[in-house]
Amino acid sequence: MLKLGGGGGGGGQDWACSVAGTGLGGEEAAFEVARLGDPGKAGCRGPGRGRAGIPDSAPGVGMLQAGAGGPARGGQGVEEVGAPAGGGEERPARHPSAPALRLLNRKPQGGSGEIKTPENDLQRGRLSRAPRAAPPAPGMGDHEGQPERSASRAPGTPAGAAAVNGVLHNGFHPPPIQPPRLCSRSLPGGGGDAAPPRLPLQPELQPQPPPPQHDSPAKKCRLRRRMDSGRKNRPPFPWFGMDIGGTLVKLVYFEPKDITAEEEQEEVENLKSIRKYLTSNTAYGKTGIRDVHLELKNLTMCGRKGNLHFIRFPSCAMHRFIQMGSEKNFSSLHTTLCATGGGAFKFEEDFRTIADLQLHKLDELDCLIQGLLYVDSVGFNGKPECYYFENPTNPELCQKRPYCLDNPYPMLLVNMGSGVSILAVYSKDNYKRVTGTSLGGGTFLGLCCLLTGCETFEEALEMAAKGDSTNVDKLVKDIYGGDYERFGLQGSAVASSFGNMMSKEKRDSISKEDLARATLVTITNNIGSIARMCALNENIDRVVFVGNFLRINMVSMKLLAYAMDFWSKGQLKALFLEHEGYFGAVGALLELFKMTDDQ
Amino acid sequence: MSWPSTVKMAECGASGSGSGGDSLDKSITLPPDEIFRNLENAKRFAIDIGGSLTKLAYYSTVQHKVARVRSFDHSDKDTEQDHEPPYEISVQEEVTARLHFVKFENTYIEACLDFIKDHLVNTETKVIQATGGGAYKFKDLIEEKLQLKVDKEDVMTCLIKGCNFVLKNIPHEAFVYQKGSNPEFRFQTNHPSVFPYLLVSIGSGVSIVKVETEDRFEWIGGSSIGGGTFWGLGALLTKTKKFDELLHLASRGQHTNVDMLVQDIYGGAHQTLGLSGNLIASSFGKSATADTEFSKEDMAKSLLHMISNDIGQLACLYARLHCLDRVYFGGFFIRGHPVTMRTITYSINFFSKGEVQALFLRHEGYLGAIGAFLKGAEQDNPNQYSWEENYAGSSGLMSSSPELCPTQRPRSGTFDLLEMDRLERPLVNLPLLLDPSSYVPDTVDLTDDALARKYWLTCFEEALDGVVKRAVASQPGSVDAAERAEKFRQKYWSKLQALRHQPFAYGTLTVRSLLDTREHCLNEFNFPDPYSKVKQKDNGVALKCFRRVIHSLDALGWEERQLALVKGLLAGNVFDWGAKAVSDVLESDPQFGFEEAKRKLQERPWLVDSYSKWLQRLKGPPHKCALIFADNSGVDVILGVFPFVRELLSRGTEVILACNSGPALNDVTYSESLIVAERIAAMDPVIRSALREGRLLLMQTGSSSPCLDLSRLDKGLAVLVRERGADLVVIEGMGRAVHTNYHAALRCESLKLAVIKNSWLAERLGGRLFSVIFKYEVPAE
Repeated sequence: MLKLGGGGGGGGQDWACSVAGTGLGGEEAAFEVARLGDPGKAGCRGPGRGRAGIPDSAPGVGMLQAGAGGPARGGQGVEEVGAPAGGGEERPARHPSAPALRLLNRKPQGGSGEIKTPENDLQRGRLSRAPRAAPPAPGMGDHEGQPERSASRAPGTPAGAAAVNGVLHNGFHPPPIQPPRLCSRSLPGGGGDAAPPRLPLQPELQPQPPPPQHDSPAKKCRLRRRMDSGRKNRPPFPWFGMDIGGTLVKLVYFEPKDITAEEEQEEVENLKSIRKYLTSNTAYGKTGIRDVHLELKNLTMCGRKGNLHFIRFPSCAMHRFIQMGSEKNFSSLHTTLCATGGGAFKFEEDFRTIADLQLHKLDELDCLIQGLLYVDSVGFNGKPECYYFENPTNPELCQKRPYCLDNPYPMLLVNMGSGVSILAVYSKDNYKRVTGTSLGGGTFLGLCCLLTGCETFEEALEMAAKGDSTNVDKLVKDIYGGDYERFGLQGSAVASSFGNMMSKEKRDSISKEDLARATLVTITNNIGSIARMCALNENIDRVVFVGNFLRINMVSMKLLAYAMDFWSKGQLKALFLEHEGYFGAVGALLELFKMTDDQ
Repeated sequence: MSWPSTVKMAECGASGSGSGGDSLDKSITLPPDEIFRNLENAKRFAIDIGGSLTKLAYYSTVQHKVARVRSFDHSDKDTEQDHEPPYEISVQEEVTARLHFVKFENTYIEACLDFIKDHLVNTETKVIQATGGGAYKFKDLIEEKLQLKVDKEDVMTCLIKGCNFVLKNIPHEAFVYQKGSNPEFRFQTNHPSVFPYLLVSIGSGVSIVKVETEDRFEWIGGSSIGGGTFWGLGALLTKTKKFDELLHLASRGQHTNVDMLVQDIYGGAHQTLGLSGNLIASSFGKSATADTEFSKEDMAKSLLHMISNDIGQLACLYARLHCLDRVYFGGFFIRGHPVTMRTITYSINFFSKGEVQALFLRHEGYLGAIGAFLKGAEQDNPNQYSWEENYAGSSGLMSSSPELCPTQRPRSGTFDLLEMDRLERPLVNLPLLLDPSSYVPDTVDLTDDALARKYWLTCFEEALDGVVKRAVASQPGSVDAAERAEKFRQKYWSKLQALRHQPFAYGTLTVRSLLDTREHCLNEFNFPDPYSKVKQKDNGVALKCFRRVIHSLDALGWEERQLALVKGLLAGNVFDWGAKAVSDVLESDPQFGFEEAKRKLQERPWLVDSYSKWLQRLKGPPHKCALIFADNSGVDVILGVFPFVRELLSRGTEVILACNSGPALNDVTYSESLIVAERIAAMDPVIRSALREGRLLLMQTGSSSPCLDLSRLDKGLAVLVRERGADLVVIEGMGRAVHTNYHAALRCESLKLAVIKNSWLAERLGGRLFSVIFKYEVPAE
């Protein structure tokens, strides 16, 4: 069993708290830190504190809001997220708690008496955002970047103090460097612009025009960058890319390793704690996992050197995650959260209303392809990202071998998440979705849970590894006594998945492991079959399988390799990639740089 | 018939009374004289034993009476003074070949084998062809019970042979199924070329076979996710053991509780991918993360969707790869289950974006048995013949489906039957059809048109008494005529009632199919030709008038004569025992004469009147050859058709006069037409010389229907039509020119004439009783 989650983070508390709690030990301490406006902790933010303290109103609303953040079912409750351990696809605890109550209990522990309410969040957001950094010149669009609520709800903001705050919240300023490989277009004279402005203009001096109703994330990003230094073509830290799927959220985080002492000093506490927390742990709460083995080291992204971390947690913890973002005042960091996957759409509203975060929503297929191409191009810490199986039809000789994907087109890209999407990719930005199937990883896990009572993907796979599907499936030889020669079908081929389960005696004689194996084989072979037909119809002979269904799933990979080779008589090649399920998230991160670049 | 009147299954080895609806009830509830009929003469057995149903096929001969006509020797008599009938009628025994198929639950197999053994008297058969998954299992039992050697046949070969056979021989075999639309079953016109097609057989697994010719087919793919997966997984998930029960559960469930939909992931529709929010993103996706208990119904529904969608997707991928647009679905997963037909149809529509239609077959369950039978009967060359579904002896689609007929017994208690008659002559398309693939003989689809259906079913019900009376009267010497007639009445009545509830039972319901069903039922009870005596008398009377009619016609000027000839054709057509309005008159006033008929006719302009155009055409060059489909005996053919034929011949046009091969109502049959022509030839030199010189040819249509299906015509007739280069087709009568072929498009000139002898129909067409249809059409250049 891969029970990884339990001991991670701040010692058993859920992830959300852990983020803040990094390095501070206890949960309560975490909350103190989390209170960005706490004058005791960060004096420089003092003025902000005043704002934070104002809305002591409507605690009930806050409760409700917090409660509403976690839908009735699923794992959004505070307790739920933390309960079961394991990898990314585990199911949440079966005993939903009362998140609202939990929050209520906690809040006072924080000591500040601040009750988190949406109202409160908004205030904070305004505070931290409005006077962010001094723009190069007044009226240069900075004000457009201010959230609409700031003007309308708190016209009398004591902005001066917040301006100081703003600098700090901006994180540190990257040193001048060559344009990163992905940001091909450098700004004129960009490299020469040196020191960031240390003294922002006093916000009082800035005009405060009524801000527009909704800023596009891209615009916000540009504004922030300008606020940053007026010359940087890279977004402020932290750099995240997020892919919110049906079952799993995939998060990539770029940890800069070239931080100068000066930068370190300027790095806001909040940002630092995020960095420290993410990089010093491999598990977050009970359901968040960092896939350490996938970490891409010494990567240069957007001109910065660092490590790319790969983190996942169940989509049902999404509301908890958003809640955390709100509690940690993530919006104050002014990073653009680039997100793809269906959840980017589904949770957009929650991100905005609960955490005051505007998601930059991205097309998941675009992200998938760009992310895949990028990761393949940088390689896997000196090793190739792409591989295949040699001798796929011979179990004895079947071996994993590197594959060079330098010239990948055309390729059939089979993305196996909860469901499956199949794309034909002809070039970097010429692709089409050929088809999809609802029989995917979610089906495997869902059926396994129902059939065997297992709760996690890891558990299901472990059972499957021990089982024998031929007890469950009806084989050709079970029907014909041997090969079906008329059609050239081998006796060992599966004629009917679960076909033996039509008989009561057989149903009574099989094990859970057999059922898990049969489910895995059924789903995998079916995907293989559809992929093969698509490859034939599209006249493509390379089939790249990605997605988290393949995570720690050698059985499926070998089956797919076998199926492609056997049924095509060697014409089709099944390819796999080390970072199976993370390409969407990487693609989302790349978009963050592109937005900057596009300016 | 030597059947005991009430045979319970107890007699065949099982116990149980005839009542009750539970699946443990093993009694045969169909009247026993309808199951395993004609077993005495049976030969060539074949059996297809599936997972739950057994299909038995046998070939037998049916002896039934036919009315034959034979000409007297008239050489030294003057027919005008002769009060004798023009020819004699004799009832003879005729032996025809019939294929019987019986479908029953596997649980009855032993009882059925015993029953067959007991009744199989004089067969030389030594072998039984067996196919299907259960053939192994029951091999010993069959050999022991029937003393026949079991010859195993390949399942897929049998399936495809069977499929080819039904597609070629049964009109409206294939249909598309659209739940909720009206009608739900849309039957397809048989394409003149059956091949190529894709057969997707969904048994335990799925086989996808591309069929290119009668003998060439290829397994191009398959899937292990099939009916067995639904059944097996369904049993595990819901603890429900029976396939039918699982389907029933599924039909009540909500898959959205179990499946992860696009909207569950996106919170709405996925605009960029153009995916609707209701689409399933991940089957069973919610069961991985939710901690609720799922209902059996919901899981069964989710499973059904998962499997149907998957099969549909693969079928579309294979159809696309092989460029095929005709995809037939079969196998126990489909078999008569509206639930699965619906989900498969949905899936095919979705994945092919409407380019491929899911087609289902009415006799899908019999394909294996038919194929196995054909394999064993190869020396009889069954494929050289044309066959016809016998409506009297076949149960019809869904006759035992519990889903559609909740009031009926569950299928487990019923036997399903299919009988096919071997036709004497092969049938083909009329070469003059403009587009054989789009030709639909019938004018009104009663499956579609509920009002018309109601009217015609009532009409046929009301006419039933008269038909029964006529049938009894036609066999005055028979002791059991009344008894048989009563059986006929019951049988046809029950067919009509069944069709009220299931108008789709035998394909598209039409006036033609109602008429044909009646003929089949009459034949079934040995009333081969209830109108033989009437026709004999009518022909005799009309022949006596022939000279007088010709005289008066010849006295007319050319233009007047043309109109008189057409009026004669139309007036003759009033003499139609099939039309209730007329038969009432004829019944009460036997002296109803030709002249009175003319007076009944509508004055010009007729309801449909292109007479002027026709007259104009007659002023031009003569036609090369006219093909005329005659209607009624007596006045119609003798005083209407023959004078018209005579005029055409005089113009230099050759004439092919096509009459029914077998009797139907008072329609003139081919053999009657021969005698009539002979008698007329004796009176008229024009006809005489034309017959002698081969300018007038009498042919048979191959049909025994009061209507006319131009896609199923005697091959000899079709050949002749092509040889002679027919450039005019004349179709006469309500059955042939209105109920059928009214919209038929031909490649040559055509004349469709009829008198509407049904006030409802007349009203529908915008006219009154005895309105005239005179439709002369010239194909567009």
